[in-house]
Amino acid sequence: MSARERFDVVVVGAGPSGSMTAKFAARGGARVLMLEKRQEIGTPVRCGEGISKAWLPECGITLDKRWLAHEVKGARVISPSGYEFKVSEEHAGNEVGAVIERDEFDKALATDAAKAGAEIRLKSPVVGLLRDNGKITGVKVKALDRSYEVEAGCVVAADGFESQVGRWAGLDTIVAARDITSCLQYRLTNIDADPDYCEFYLGSCAPGGYLWIFPKSDDTANVGIGVQLYKLKQKGATKQYLDSWIARQPRFNKGRPLEYVCGGVSVSAPLEKTIMDGLLIVGDAARMIDAITGGGISNGCRAGKVAGQVLAECAQSKDFSEAALQKYERGWRDILEEGLYRDWLAKEKLTTLSDEDFDKIVSALAEVNIDKLSVHAILQAIQRKYPELVKTFEDLL
Amino acid sequence: MGKRHPVLDVDKCMHCGACVGTCPPNAIYLNEVILDFNDKCTMCKLCIRVCPVGALGE
Repeated sequence: MSARERFDVVVVGAGPSGSMTAKFAARGGARVLMLEKRQEIGTPVRCGEGISKAWLPECGITLDKRWLAHEVKGARVISPSGYEFKVSEEHAGNEVGAVIERDEFDKALATDAAKAGAEIRLKSPVVGLLRDNGKITGVKVKALDRSYEVEAGCVVAADGFESQVGRWAGLDTIVAARDITSCLQYRLTNIDADPDYCEFYLGSCAPGGYLWIFPKSDDTANVGIGVQLYKLKQKGATKQYLDSWIARQPRFNKGRPLEYVCGGVSVSAPLEKTIMDGLLIVGDAARMIDAITGGGISNGCRAGKVAGQVLAECAQSKDFSEAALQKYERGWRDILEEGLYRDWLAKEKLTTLSDEDFDKIVSALAEVNIDKLSVHAILQAIQRKYPELVKTFEDLL
Repeated sequence: MGKRHPVLDVDKCMHCGACVGTCPPNAIYLNEVILDFNDKCTMCKLCIRVCPVGALGE
């Protein structure tokens, strides 16, 4: 048997968070291996594909026609009775502005990682961890032609919602049922949707979540739903909610599907702990998804950049201990934690609201012509008109 | 004697992993297109509810 390979950093999962970590670690001089279990990076897509453009420069990502499907002017938020308010894209948060081809986006980020020097292997599921005295020292890989072990200074768990690596390592990554959303989306073509706006429908059409229409071109859009697991009572309910809503939309009468997308999304607070000796968790696996929007790409990329930079330093000093990785734990929390907790608390309140409440809120926001979609600004606007409705939210103000 | 866990309809499964990330005891294994249960399943049925397309049942 040949000697084990050794890398400074082994990234498990080649989504955006993994590729960003790999890119910045490799750029800083670390020897990096990124392992992807699937046969192709970026597929199958599991994403609504809406992002904002504001955060791309800080992550070193340039807009590219290969993955930019469509640009929108903003978002329309629609209540159960049809009240709506609009926000322009620069104020609409992290998930509005561009609708992307996620499969191409992921490949572009992996290309950046490769150009920075990271090695990539596909069809290479990690099936276990190597340990030495409680410390994580590498991974077991089951590849096409052989099973093998790779030693790593640090293993990066970038394995998404399914997040096996963190669990194997012994970190608490379990998400409560009330903090999980079941999602289904059809890419529909031959439809009559508004190509200038991403649309969000609130209320009992999508209990504890929302329905979305993200245009990918003039005649095609991602039409999807997220429903809080807590509110799903019987088998297949998510699909029934989406299908019955689409059936009530005349503009989708002639709509035909090009793609089905489904998956689970965490809408929780982030993990309490994302590091241990020789291991780091990033992105969806670290529960960095925004609990209001369900968006995770920007947060994962921003945390991945921090992770990669810290890991490059660790590789220099050959120290991947939990103490050395604290810089990552602090770094991503400085950028993301406050917003993640605030939106998680706000989500907890929003999931208790009735259709009448949503009508009041959206109509109040329509009147004041709000152009900044922050939880704080929204609550202030509602408070002026329906102080009793904001009573339960007051601790967020 | 068969193990007790939800039953998968392989024709409906889209291999999205929603059940895998939801499962509290980590009893579901998914590798691309193969989904399987191990003996840690407690029949909490969260996977049946979370499956967006109704591929899991009792």
